[in-house]
Amino acid sequence: MDAKSTTYLAGEIRKTALSMVYEAKSSHIGGAFSMADILAVLYEDVLHVDPSEPKMVDRDRLLLSKGHACSALYAVLGLKGFFPMESLASYGQDGSSFLTHISHYIPGVEISAGSLGHGLPIACGLALAAKRKARPWTTFCLMSDGELDEGSNWESFLLAPQLGLDNLVVIIDYNKIQSLGFVKDVIDLEPLIQKFEAFKWEVFTIDGHEIQEIYTTLSSAKAARNGVPKVVIAHTVKGKGVDFMENKLLWHYKSPNATEYQQALGQLD
Amino acid sequence: MRTAFITELIRLAEVDEKIFLVVADLGFSVVEPFAEKFPDRYLNVGIAEQNMAGLAAGLAMEGYSVFIYSIGNFPTLRCMEQIRYDICYHNLPVRIVAVGGGYAYASLGPSHHATEELGMLRIIPNLIVSAPADPYEAAAVTRLMSRHSGPCYIRLGKAGEPVISRVEQPAELRVGQILPIVTREGATAVFSTGSMLKYVTDFLNENGIQASVYSFPFVKPMDKEVLTELFNRYRTIITIEEHQRNGGFGSAILELLHDAIEAGTLIKEPTIKRIAINDTFYSKAGSQDYLRSIAGLTLNLDLFKTEDL
Repeated sequence: MDAKSTTYLAGEIRKTALSMVYEAKSSHIGGAFSMADILAVLYEDVLHVDPSEPKMVDRDRLLLSKGHACSALYAVLGLKGFFPMESLASYGQDGSSFLTHISHYIPGVEISAGSLGHGLPIACGLALAAKRKARPWTTFCLMSDGELDEGSNWESFLLAPQLGLDNLVVIIDYNKIQSLGFVKDVIDLEPLIQKFEAFKWEVFTIDGHEIQEIYTTLSSAKAARNGVPKVVIAHTVKGKGVDFMENKLLWHYKSPNATEYQQALGQLD
Repeated sequence: MRTAFITELIRLAEVDEKIFLVVADLGFSVVEPFAEKFPDRYLNVGIAEQNMAGLAAGLAMEGYSVFIYSIGNFPTLRCMEQIRYDICYHNLPVRIVAVGGGYAYASLGPSHHATEELGMLRIIPNLIVSAPADPYEAAAVTRLMSRHSGPCYIRLGKAGEPVISRVEQPAELRVGQILPIVTREGATAVFSTGSMLKYVTDFLNENGIQASVYSFPFVKPMDKEVLTELFNRYRTIITIEEHQRNGGFGSAILELLHDAIEAGTLIKEPTIKRIAINDTFYSKAGSQDYLRSIAGLTLNLDLFKTEDL
């Protein structure tokens, strides 16, 4: 793992996502920035994927359940060559397939997601299929913290250990802010580690912006076929990388104006 | 019907290794033979229908032909968004099977009255919506849908219904096929969907009514060419369904009649009389026949033309 090149990729993801959101006047840049480092590590060092063959049978599957933060996933897929970078210019524009919630019509994207609480049940299906077919792939599901309010997730959190889905890795982008406020003020998730442990998951806690730590944890979570599903609680900062966006609810919604865009781009450079 | 379904599914699974059955902790004395025979292609997700539908979508993405099975409203209304978005938007081969359509679980009350789901489901793109009338139709629909590349809904009755005798019993069905049950000289036809068919044929036979009967195992789509022919042939068409009047089978017939008028394919316009539940929940215990009767799901002689009688 080359931390320098992964860090560089994370920066490119943020800049690309910022430009897409700015041009499309769309939302959710805060949640895209909070998971940018995780995506960089996944696509640089962890996922077994091939941009020239997005449907490769034994590829690792990454499901972005927090589909509203799709600008960052589209960005990394473009940067990795799943499609020409120029096509990202159409993001959110009339007639574009690049919807502003993640779309499975884009090469490299496994599922469409927009309504929250859908990714994990589907991920369980993919992981179960790998088990039943004795295939080697790992299924990753990247979720938001606010999304954990959805009951459908807890149906899956109950079931996955029962099925011994040790080929399933859930990553929680725990940026502490959801639609109408801080997570702790809306529905406090704590104690989250103990909740997952009580549900019989193997729990990892990381700083979701420390490249080396992300890599070490995701690699070992992927490798361990020990009969237990894994959940990685990644402590992150909403809007990470741009000081005036960090930890601000506003940037769940706001699209940067020209001045903010230039300022943000300057900081990311 | 549920016996016909599971028997057919087991038969299909013996030759089609893609078939996978997922249940949400219901199906006692029904699903066990499948589970024992194909343990690698069976799963009980527990009492968790949203997870059942989402997980089924995931299995289908990986090449399985998935049947999800539960009773009443649980595999439909309880997980409607997973059906719409995970299964139908991704256009996956997931077959949603509900036992206990209509008032089959009459005494259990409105929680178990599956009387709105046809209307809710038939407006979802990509989804085929079926309501077989008897064990023959249930097996034929199961067989046909197991080969379908996209999603479908199969509303079953309960157990022990007889096979309805009919003028034609094709070995295989086509999607949207309309099945003549009995054709008579009268000016009226009864269009029936789901398990109302036995009541309809019994009523006409017992009263010597010269009306024709057609069974509609598919609420969506329907064979428009045949339907237009029937619109042109009969002066009165009575639709009957164990479902709310709003948005159900009769509504679909009215929509298609209007489409035919708009398309200019009608020579004459039949009168449509709809027998369905009148926008009401019923909170009385009783048999399925009792619930049907208080909900007005009955025929009477006044509905027919003098030449039918």
